Amino acid sequence: MGSELNFCIMISAVLFVAGVVCMATKRNAIGVLMGVELVLNAANLNFVAFANYTSLGLDGQVIALFVIVLAAAEAAVALAIALNFYNNHLTIDVDRADDLRG
Amino acid sequence: MVQEFLFWVFGIAVCGGALGVVLSQNVVRMAFWLIISLGSTSGLFFLLQADFVAAVQLLVYVGGTLVLLIFGVMLTASGPYVTMKTSPTEWVAAAVVSSALLGLITVSAYGVDWQAVDGVVSGHARENQPEGYTTAQQGRTIRPLGFALLGMRPDQDLNQSEQPSGVGYLLPFEIVSVHLLVVLVGAAYLARAKRRVDPTAANPAS
Repeated sequence: MGSELNFCIMISAVLFVAGVVCMATKRNAIGVLMGVELVLNAANLNFVAFANYTSLGLDGQVIALFVIVLAAAEAAVALAIALNFYNNHLTIDVDRADDLRG
Repeated sequence: MVQEFLFWVFGIAVCGGALGVVLSQNVVRMAFWLIISLGSTSGLFFLLQADFVAAVQLLVYVGGTLVLLIFGVMLTASGPYVTMKTSPTEWVAAAVVSSALLGLITVSAYGVDWQAVDGVVSGHARENQPEGYTTAQQGRTIRPLGFALLGMRPDQDLNQSEQPSGVGYLLPFEIVSVHLLVVLVGAAYLARAKRRVDPTAANPAS
């Protein structure tokens, strides 16, 4: 169980770090959204791996399903906000979203 | 043997897709690499005996969420190859921080003996699975997942003397479905067609 589980954890660690870096460095709002998707996917991979290799059983798979649904909802709302931002500013650069700066 | 080989192939595709998302500057190419990464994750789910989750991942994530993202790319790009550069100093800082984070996660993941802590959360060890049930033998997980949503756990309660207790995942399922409905109505409201504001004509912010 140990080595296969660690293999999955390593893959999901790479996914997680890539998502965090994507969120931090991208200036395109859609790119930031893709980083969030990568992070959620890393969490999902961990859930399914632990469901398979430990006694967690089906719990992990059910939680993974919930995460997928919530990711879809998050993408829909964030995309609507990004479209609104683009309509108002004619750009999608997150560095330009400083209207609330005091 | 074949399974191990496929594990490596899908794992490399997942990691390579994630790195491609981070390193590419063009947002359309980022979407392509994201499709590679998420699709290969679905392959990993198949190998981890979660066939229903893998199918949902393909249908909802790759087929739905990513198409939504690509529509967002098309609706917001002012040119087909718009790039917003990240400065080199930011890349250096990101590389340092990300390698430190990856090292931290690796060390902590390899530092835990998962065999020893197995069963602490769920209250029973994997060896105590009910007689005649293994996920690999059962094959499809659709029916056990449906039972789990109703509070019955064939991977734990089979051949057990006491009746299963609790309501399972019925309440979270209902909450998530209503949440999805509310979110989609709200997204449709937020993204409805409006007249574009001309920023040069009037600037109400200042």
